[in-house]
Amino acid sequence: MAEFVSLRDAVARYVHDGDTVAMEGFTHLIPFAAAHEIIRQRRRNLTLIRMTPDLVYDQLIGAGCARKLVFSWGGNPGVGSLHRLRDAVERGWPAPLELEEHSHAAMAAAYHAGAAGLPFATLRGYAGSDLRRVNPNIASVTCPFTGEVLAAVPAHRPDVGIVHAQRADRAGNVLVEGIVGVQKETVLASTRSIVTVEEIVDDLAAPSPNSVVLPAWAIDAVAVAPRGATPSYAHGYYERDNAFYIAWDEISRDREQFEAWLGEHVLSAGPTGAPV
Amino acid sequence: MSKGSDEGGHVDFTPDELMTVAASRALRNDDVCFVGIGAPSEACNLARLTHAPDIVLIYESGTLQTRPDVLPLSIGDGELCETALTTVPVVEMFQYWLQGGRISKGFLGGAQIDRFANINTTVIGDYDAPKVRLPGGGGAPEIAGSCHEVLITARHSARTLVDTVDFVTSLGHGSGPGDREAAGLTTAGPVLVVTDLCLLEPDPETRELVVTSLHPGVDRDQVVTATGWEVRFADELATTPPPTAEELQVLRDLHARTEQAHAGG
Repeated sequence: MAEFVSLRDAVARYVHDGDTVAMEGFTHLIPFAAAHEIIRQRRRNLTLIRMTPDLVYDQLIGAGCARKLVFSWGGNPGVGSLHRLRDAVERGWPAPLELEEHSHAAMAAAYHAGAAGLPFATLRGYAGSDLRRVNPNIASVTCPFTGEVLAAVPAHRPDVGIVHAQRADRAGNVLVEGIVGVQKETVLASTRSIVTVEEIVDDLAAPSPNSVVLPAWAIDAVAVAPRGATPSYAHGYYERDNAFYIAWDEISRDREQFEAWLGEHVLSAGPTGAPV
Repeated sequence: MSKGSDEGGHVDFTPDELMTVAASRALRNDDVCFVGIGAPSEACNLARLTHAPDIVLIYESGTLQTRPDVLPLSIGDGELCETALTTVPVVEMFQYWLQGGRISKGFLGGAQIDRFANINTTVIGDYDAPKVRLPGGGGAPEIAGSCHEVLITARHSARTLVDTVDFVTSLGHGSGPGDREAAGLTTAGPVLVVTDLCLLEPDPETRELVVTSLHPGVDRDQVVTATGWEVRFADELATTPPPTAEELQVLRDLHARTEQAHAGG
């Protein structure tokens, strides 16, 4: 059952050194506030899972939190490279980073399988791709009914899943709107889950009986983190800060400049998310 | 070719503008198109705003049948969701709509494209010790496999159009006829590559990319110099029609709106 805690307490309680952590949000609702709290609490040796590492994992990797990255597209969307990710892969700074590389279709299927309690996912994928050659976790399985050979990948079963959402009600039920990505699958696939929200409301006011609602009993911790997805966005609350995504290219290109940014905007920033 | 002009001499355009316009013309009004970000997104939206008003544009963020007023910076900008018919979960996007075979055209870019239209967006150099670590596959490996046809667009240079890609992220025609079928695919794969110099299409027999149309003002030598293999030219080599005044106006308006929107922060 979801418990309302501060973001600091949620990370302290549920994210441990060496954990496998999935922080999702497909361009939208990226849990930056939670990631910054993980950086402040100096978690180490994390295996980070995320379809699009984006700026959020560039920051975690540059801050030295990650040992391994499981991903499918590691760029700064519409801008270019993730320079901290590249520095770790190409030059081992601040630490070498092991990669397990998939396609989006396989990552989505792996979350789906994890949420469904299955050991692996199948897809008609990776045909002729060298990704099969470099990732031993891409295998084949033969359909027992038709004989078709399909790709297979292990289910994602993160120790901790972290997502950001628009709002929770006072019971801890959570509403997700807009581009919903793989947020629901991430929470359901994970052993423990943290959801950060823009606000707590009396009435969730789900706009449709088919709205995406995560029940309180499927979540471990709900923490309030206003603007917790910035510089990504929260549909209905604030827009994507495209100018920051463009600026990040310059900030992240140089190690010292990145560290100065991290010091000013993350390490010396106060924890967000007051307890309710 | 820094600038070109039409027969009347009063419509100037850049090579990039011509590339986008030529790419947009490859799309039909009845297409359902899975759109990559960047140049493909530009071409798809230009098509929608000119000759293909009913084209269905789908982005991997789950936005179905979207009609953005400005070009998105990412595949998940709010603009895409707000102007879509509906937005579905990413699992559904890839499993029902893409893998389910409902997408007629996939539109991709790439850091390296080889003579058989295989695409590399993973690494330059060796995978374990890369010279350049690129973003990776994203949706492309399955877009290349599951869409009925694939269009590719990229700026033309010998670094981009290479003899053999360093890494096959997304399969084109492999190393020739039969390779797609051997990989279990029944789709056509890449049917057209649009660059800022020319159009290339796979030879029906060998599957090797052949220049089928030169853009106005471009000569064969320019293409040969900018291509990483001994590129061949079709017997009946066409000249790409220059952009019309309307195409250029719509494209420039789209760019102006986009720049204004993204500068806001």
